[in-house]
Amino acid sequence: MTLVQMLNIWPGTPLLSAFFWITVSVFLLYLARTPAHRSIHSLSRVAHNGLRLLSRSTLMAAERVRIRNKEVLFSLGQESTERIVEREFQRVEDVIKRDLSSYPMLQRSMADQITRIDEDYQKSAELPPPVPTWVDAITALGKISSKDASVSAVLEQIHKTINSQHKGVMEEYRRVSSDRHAILHKMMPLWRKLSETLEQATQRFAGLNERAQVIDNRVQAYQDIQAQSERAERMLTSSAATQFFIAGFVLLIAIGGAIINFNLIALPMSEMVGGGSYIGAFKTSDVAALVIILVELAMGLYLMESLRITRLFPIIGQMDDRTRRRMIWITFSILFIMAGVEASLAFMRDRLAADIQALRQSLADVEIVAAANNWIPTVGQMVMGFILPFALAFVAIPLESFVHSARTVMGAAFASLLSSLAFVFRLFGNVARYGGEFFVNLYDLAIFPSLWIERLVVDKRRPALENEAAESRSMVEETS
Amino acid sequence: MKKFILITLTGILILGGGCADTTSRARSVFLLLDTSGTYKAEIDKARAIINYLLGTFEPGDSLAVARIDSGSFSEKDIVAKVTFDRRPSVATEQKRLFKGKIDRFIDQSKGSSHTDITGGVIQAVQYLNETGAGKRYILIFSDLEEDLAKGHIRDFPLEMEGCQAIALNVTKLRTDNVDPRQYFQRVEGWKKRVEDGGGSWRLLNDLERLDRILEG
Repeated sequence: MTLVQMLNIWPGTPLLSAFFWITVSVFLLYLARTPAHRSIHSLSRVAHNGLRLLSRSTLMAAERVRIRNKEVLFSLGQESTERIVEREFQRVEDVIKRDLSSYPMLQRSMADQITRIDEDYQKSAELPPPVPTWVDAITALGKISSKDASVSAVLEQIHKTINSQHKGVMEEYRRVSSDRHAILHKMMPLWRKLSETLEQATQRFAGLNERAQVIDNRVQAYQDIQAQSERAERMLTSSAATQFFIAGFVLLIAIGGAIINFNLIALPMSEMVGGGSYIGAFKTSDVAALVIILVELAMGLYLMESLRITRLFPIIGQMDDRTRRRMIWITFSILFIMAGVEASLAFMRDRLAADIQALRQSLADVEIVAAANNWIPTVGQMVMGFILPFALAFVAIPLESFVHSARTVMGAAFASLLSSLAFVFRLFGNVARYGGEFFVNLYDLAIFPSLWIERLVVDKRRPALENEAAESRSMVEETS
Repeated sequence: MKKFILITLTGILILGGGCADTTSRARSVFLLLDTSGTYKAEIDKARAIINYLLGTFEPGDSLAVARIDSGSFSEKDIVAKVTFDRRPSVATEQKRLFKGKIDRFIDQSKGSSHTDITGGVIQAVQYLNETGAGKRYILIFSDLEEDLAKGHIRDFPLEMEGCQAIALNVTKLRTDNVDPRQYFQRVEGWKKRVEDGGGSWRLLNDLERLDRILEG
C-alpha cells in the first residue's frame, strides 16, 4: 500500500480526502502554534546573533589588520626615508670631500691673488714728479741782474741746461707712467681669475644649499611619518600602490625575458641530461633549464644585495665590507660563467634546431635549401644567451619594490575583504532575523481558519469574561 | 655541519633519482608491413607513415619495422629497429640511418607467397615488451587477409596485454566487393583476437590524418 493510497480515506473522492487531511493538518498546526513560533524565533535569533557575532569579529579582525598595515606601512616608509636621508648625507659628504676639502687651498689662492693685486696696485700708483731742487736755484738766479754780459752768458748756459734737464725729466715721467699702465694691464687676468674662483666657491656652496634643502624636505617627511599623520599615511599608501603596479609590470617583462631565456636553453639541456627522462610530469631537461635560470636569478639577487642596491637579505647588508666585496666578486663570477654557458647552449640550440629541421625536410621529401647569412640568428641567440642572465640579475630591484609594496597593497585588500565579509555577515544576520518573523507570519497564514475560529470564540466569550473580572474586582474591594 | 650538508645532498639526490622516470613515458611502435602479392602495391604508402613517425618520435622512443611474409615470426623479418638515444643530436642521426634502411627496403622489397600476420603480431608483442615502453603500439599495414603456409600453426590465443593494435589502410579485396560481409568479418575477427588477448583495437583507413595514429 502506497502513501497516496493510505491518505486516500474515501476512495473515489480525493477532494474530500484532501479536505479532511488539510483540516487535520491545520488543527494540528494550530495546536503546535506556540512551540512552533518559539522554535522559529529561537532559530532566527541563533542565526542572527551568530552572524552578528561573526560580523563583529570580522570587523575587529579587519581593524586589527588595518592597524598592522599602518604599522608596516609607517615602518617601511620610515626605513625608506631613512635610506634616502642617509643617501643625501652621503652626497653632502661627497660634496664636502670633493669641493670643500680644497677650500683652504682656494682661500690661500685667493689671498695670494689679492696680495699680488694689492702689490701691483701699489706699484701702479701715480707718484707726483719730484720738485727739482734747481727751482730754488732759478728763483735765486732770477733775482740777479742780467745786464752784465757775462751774467747773461751764464744765464743762457743755465737756460740750456734747464731745458735739457726738463726734457730728461719728462721722458723719465712718461717711461714710468707707461710702466704703471703695463702693471695695471697685467692685473686684468688676475682680477678675472679671482672673479672665477669666487664664482666657483659660490656654485659649490649653492649645490650644498640644494642638498640641504632636499634633506630638510626628507626630514620633514620623516617627522610626518614618525608622527603617523594622515597625510603621511595617504602619501605612503599611494606610493605603495604605484610601486606595486610599476614593479608588477617590470616583473612581467622580466618573466617574458625568463621565458625566452628558458626556450633558448631547454632544447640543448636535453643534450646534457637526456631528452627522454622526466621528473614528475616535467621533462628533466626543462627542469634543468628552469633551475639554471633560477640560479641566475638568485645570483643576481645576491649581487644586488652585496652591492647594497637592494635590502632583501639583511644578513648580506650587515656583512663587513671585505666579505661583501668578496661576495660581489663571487656572485659576479658565477653569473659571468653562467652567461657564458648560456651563450654556448644558445649556439648548441641553433645547431640542433638546424639539424632537426634538415631531418624533417628530408622526411618530407623537401629539397634542403641553405639559408643565406644563417650566422646572424646564431650570433643573435648567443648574444641574447649572454646578456639575458645579466638583465635578469636586475630583477632584484623591482622584486624588492614589489615585495614591499605587495605587503601594503595586499594588506589593504585583505582589510577591505574582511570589511565586506563583515557586511555580508551582518546582512545575512538581519535576513535571518526578519526571515524568522516572516516564517511566523507564514505559519499563521497557513492556519488562518483556526485563528479565525479562535477569534470568534474569544469575541463571544469576552462579555462573560469581562463580567467575571468585574465581579472578582468588587469582591476584592469589599474584602479590603 | 658537514654531516648536515651530506645528508641534505643525499636526500636531494635520492629525491631527484626517485622522481626521474625514464621509461614510462616512452613510446614504442612496431610496424608490420604486408608484402604479400595482394597488398604489395600499397607498400609505398607506408613510407609516409614511417616518415611521420620518425618526425614525431622523441629521444627514448623505440621504432621497429618488420615485413609480413610467409613466416613472420622471425628476427630476419625485422627490417630496422631502433631505440632513440637520449641525446637529440644522436637521435637525429639514428633517424637518418633508419630512413635510409626503410627507403632501401621499400625500393627492393619482393612480394611473398603467403601472409603470416599472426606471426608478425607475436613478434611485435615480444619486441614491445622488451623495450619496456609505457605506450606500446602495433601498426598493422595490411588487408588483414591471413594466408598461412602449410604446416604453420597460428590458431591460438594472442597475449597482447598493454598493447594497442592499429590496423592501417585495410584495403578491400576483390571478394569483399562481392560480399562485403567478408571484409567486416575479417576486421571483426582480428578485433576479437586482439581484445581477447588483452589488447585494444583500432582501425584507421584515412591516411591523410597521420596525427591520429598514436593519439590513443
